[in-house]
Amino acid sequence: MKPINGFYGEFGGAFIPEMLYPNVRELEKEYQYIIDSEDFQKEFRSLLRDYVGRPTPLYFSKNLSEKYQTNIYLKREDLNHTGAHKINNTIGQILLAKRVGKKRIIAETGAGQHGVATATACALVGMECSVFMGAVDIDRQAPNVQRMKLLGAKVIPATSGSQTLKDATNEAIREWINNPLDTHYIIGSVVGPHPYPDMVAQFQSIISEEIKNQLFDQTGKEAPDHVIACVGGGSNAIGAFYHFIDNDITQLIAVEAAGHGVQTGKTAATIALGKKGIIHGSQTFLMQTEDGQIVEPHSISAGLDYPGIGPIHAYLSESKKAKIVSISDQEAIEAGIFLSRTEGIIPALESAHALAYLEKENFGKEEIVVVNLSGRGDKDMVTYEKYI
Amino acid sequence: MDRLKKMFENTERKVLSIYFTAGYPQLNDTETIILELEKNGVDLIEIGIPFSDPLADGPIIQQSSYKAIENGMTLKLLFEQLKDIRQKTQIPLVLMGYLNSVIQFGEDEFCRKCVETGIDGVILPDLPLEYYEMKYQRLFKNHGLNLIMLISPQTSIERIQKIDAVSSGFLYLVSSNSITGGTENLGKQREYFKRISDMQLNNPTLAGFGIHDKESFEIATENTNGAIIGSAFIKSLEDQENLEKAVAKFLSPFKIDQCV
Repeated sequence: MKPINGFYGEFGGAFIPEMLYPNVRELEKEYQYIIDSEDFQKEFRSLLRDYVGRPTPLYFSKNLSEKYQTNIYLKREDLNHTGAHKINNTIGQILLAKRVGKKRIIAETGAGQHGVATATACALVGMECSVFMGAVDIDRQAPNVQRMKLLGAKVIPATSGSQTLKDATNEAIREWINNPLDTHYIIGSVVGPHPYPDMVAQFQSIISEEIKNQLFDQTGKEAPDHVIACVGGGSNAIGAFYHFIDNDITQLIAVEAAGHGVQTGKTAATIALGKKGIIHGSQTFLMQTEDGQIVEPHSISAGLDYPGIGPIHAYLSESKKAKIVSISDQEAIEAGIFLSRTEGIIPALESAHALAYLEKENFGKEEIVVVNLSGRGDKDMVTYEKYI
Repeated sequence: MDRLKKMFENTERKVLSIYFTAGYPQLNDTETIILELEKNGVDLIEIGIPFSDPLADGPIIQQSSYKAIENGMTLKLLFEQLKDIRQKTQIPLVLMGYLNSVIQFGEDEFCRKCVETGIDGVILPDLPLEYYEMKYQRLFKNHGLNLIMLISPQTSIERIQKIDAVSSGFLYLVSSNSITGGTENLGKQREYFKRISDMQLNNPTLAGFGIHDKESFEIATENTNGAIIGSAFIKSLEDQENLEKAVAKFLSPFKIDQCV
């Protein structure tokens, strides 16, 4: 799934001010060469194995399979170091930043998961790290703020606009414009200007690479019949889909956060609302007013609370290569509690959206369904507590 | 007919351009601000289309944009407010905003409205050279609308030449690699402006970003045709009851120059 001139169909591109052009161009020229180099792959793979703890298990969930009368496998990204898939990308990008000679890292974060994963990677290689986080999110996600600080990162409150993820992203981009020479910006999802979506997708593609091998070892099958993953920006989803795009067997199911409901105005179901435009340098679907002002989304899960969607997913949706569905706050909570009680796994509320979709479709008795369990739910205890 | 071209040809001193955000401080201040700016000796006016996520702008323009959106400003309303502006002034007017606003309005309709209203040029900081050439150049040319592009200190010589060839109206020289509203010492930028000036480009050049008073204006214009003030002007309108007085006060240091 490679972009052509930075575009997936009509989506993607790099709509950036001239001040960012040299940075983005430098990255565009170097990234594929570096990622493909033996030296990079060796270091990346060995850190994923020994530091992150990969491969993560592909776990056959007997209890869920019995309930839904099909064969359900959970890809346990929650067992990664720092508790989610985010670290696959930050390790990849930090190694890349080192190789292009950058001295300093900036990142944006919503719930704090990507911020923690970035701070972790920076601590590992000894690079200075500043994480932009909406002032509202800093209050909501105190434990992750403390983790970032303990890891040696500076957490900078984004006080502009709605003071959440989109504004933290704006602030990080502005900081990058102001420090173009020594700073690398680690974006946390498959969003932003080209080459970020492609680069992040490649780092996350380890997820489906492992699913493919593990499934073959366990069942003798080359590919699952269905892969289900939640989408905010879409990095765990593209990671889980990557090696199954364009095969004739696998149905890809991307689950958006409906919030209170797609038509209630309190939602993060970006594709379902379906208006094209430009957000953070990329042409894609986004939530906006008729006048083109970007609207603040809502989801119970902070990681899905993004008003845009990675351009790859916009393309997968438009070309009907993926099925886009949505799950409400309430349905996600119920699925999260159900998994906790039937399998002893507390999922992140993001991942609970993917699990909740199991209720919505009748999968065949012989079929294989892989659900990407993108992260663990410890960070969501305050929310879960209200429902138990 | 080209008001921009005529203005650059006829202005002997350095061109003073002022940026303001449409719909700020009050929703219907647009026309008053334009007319007062002209009265106080400004040569060119950039009208900002407020956008919720202005990537290239610093805190002051961000704040004025949020306030303007809250006030109810839209691009549609802006064209409505400017409907009769050409009966009142012939000062060159340029719209500055972000591509998403234009896309939602409809690119073709946007250009048509600009021409109908008497807008002389458009600045879209997040529309890079490549995409402009690929997608919009023909449209702007067909409408006879100037598209003004940005150049930064890191822009390579080859790229500057390409941008100069594709742009018309003037070139917007971003004084330092930064967002708007910075107050970095402009002296450091002298070399960069000199380098551009020595290239003998087709378009006139205006320096912008970080220019906030008479002194920084003079430094910025040593090797350019003029300069643009945005954030500092917007800040001066904050909490002002009387727009006429506020505009006159902000521009009074520049007036001495014009009497000479």
